[in-house]
Amino acid sequence: MYASAVQALIDELGRLPGVGPKSAQRIAFHLLKLPDEDALRLAKAINTVKARVSWCRRCFNIAESERPGPEAPASTECDICRDARRDTGLLCVVEEPKDVVAVERTGEFRGRYHVLQGAISPIDGVGPDQLRIRELLARIGAEGVAEIILCFNPNIEGDATALYLSSLLKDLPVKLTRIASGLPVGGDLEYADELTLGRALEGRREVAP
Amino acid sequence: MALYRDEAVVLRTYKLAEADRIVVLLTAGRGKVRAVAKGVRRTGSRLGGRLEPSTHVQLMLHEGRELDVVTQVEAVHQFRTIREDLVRLRDALAILEAVDQVARERSPDPPLFAMLVGALRTLDRRPAALLVAGFYWKLLGLEGTAPMLDACVRCGTPAAGGDVELVALDLAEGGAVCRVCLPTGGGRRAVRPEALALVARILGGDLAGALATPAGPLAAEVTNLATQALEAHLERRLRVPRLLDRSIADVPTW
Repeated sequence: MYASAVQALIDELGRLPGVGPKSAQRIAFHLLKLPDEDALRLAKAINTVKARVSWCRRCFNIAESERPGPEAPASTECDICRDARRDTGLLCVVEEPKDVVAVERTGEFRGRYHVLQGAISPIDGVGPDQLRIRELLARIGAEGVAEIILCFNPNIEGDATALYLSSLLKDLPVKLTRIASGLPVGGDLEYADELTLGRALEGRREVAP
Repeated sequence: MALYRDEAVVLRTYKLAEADRIVVLLTAGRGKVRAVAKGVRRTGSRLGGRLEPSTHVQLMLHEGRELDVVTQVEAVHQFRTIREDLVRLRDALAILEAVDQVARERSPDPPLFAMLVGALRTLDRRPAALLVAGFYWKLLGLEGTAPMLDACVRCGTPAAGGDVELVALDLAEGGAVCRVCLPTGGGRRAVRPEALALVARILGGDLAGALATPAGPLAAEVTNLATQALEAHLERRLRVPRLLDRSIADVPTW
């Protein structure tokens, strides 16, 4: 048995996703060998994240407040929601905050986002009630949204979520679109599956002369 | 470690590490198999789109101690319409969940595989209100636990002569109960005679005829009964029928 402080560290590390007991032990000993300032920098980064980061009250993306404090998190909005230059009529609905980052990297989208914080996955027991769908409906009227872009993973959970939302929103005075699905750049046509190739053909575009 | 080829339907997937998935397959030759599909979550993956739940595939797998490894996949049928309709998708997921619960690992079950592929094909081409219920009842039949519907399960009096009227289903006893025996014992569910007759048709070889039953209270009752009967057999709650039924009902304009 290790000293209680070391064992406590191993136990906590072992609770992280994908970290087993042996990995936890290895990371703990790595931390023990680190210079004090390096280890404290990691501890401080965790502290700061917990004190200053919360969910954006508007879009449920990750939001960081200016100052740490108990009053900050609940009223925080993310940088994108605070940005007055963003098009408020365009709303891109995504599954996770990391999808916001992926769309932002394209530099093609100037609207706002709504993060559902998951996708409908009945086999895993995740239904619409566990997602931020009620909050999405509240935003449509309140913010004068003209177009909603459904930007989900092209898998069965993403399809289920898109189908559910399109049923839910079809009678609302809002344009509903879903991102195109097709072949990845650099991929070989011969390896494309029939569903992907079928969708790519369906979403073909006229080539400019 | 041997390399083998098999035909399978993807039952479900789990995320694994950065970009991999564990796929649960019902294979034609080896029963339920769990396999790792490496890099399948990357957009450029050559396996990706073919290893989504409900897809019927031909695979090449590397045999492992616990998990096999998928090396090649060819789609036999991707059931596109299932992915484009919420009700079809719900039905497909309900069927896949039931098969995942019933199938045994590394234990070939050709009739179960054929039944699953048949159900998905029917769902893709011609969905029916009683498709999931029909599948559940047939699954119970395959498991050897179909309910006794031609006589009272308690007193044994046959219903054919008209001496008794079967009015309830006792899932613990495994059959229909007559009006006389109804007050005794617990675990029974009152059922309309038309619903029991429909279940008897499904189990008795007239599935195609029974599938023509339109959506409505009768189809809903038989579906509900089938779900309860399968849950009683599995001794656990099924997630898909309950979760998505409620969600679809909640859609105001559905």
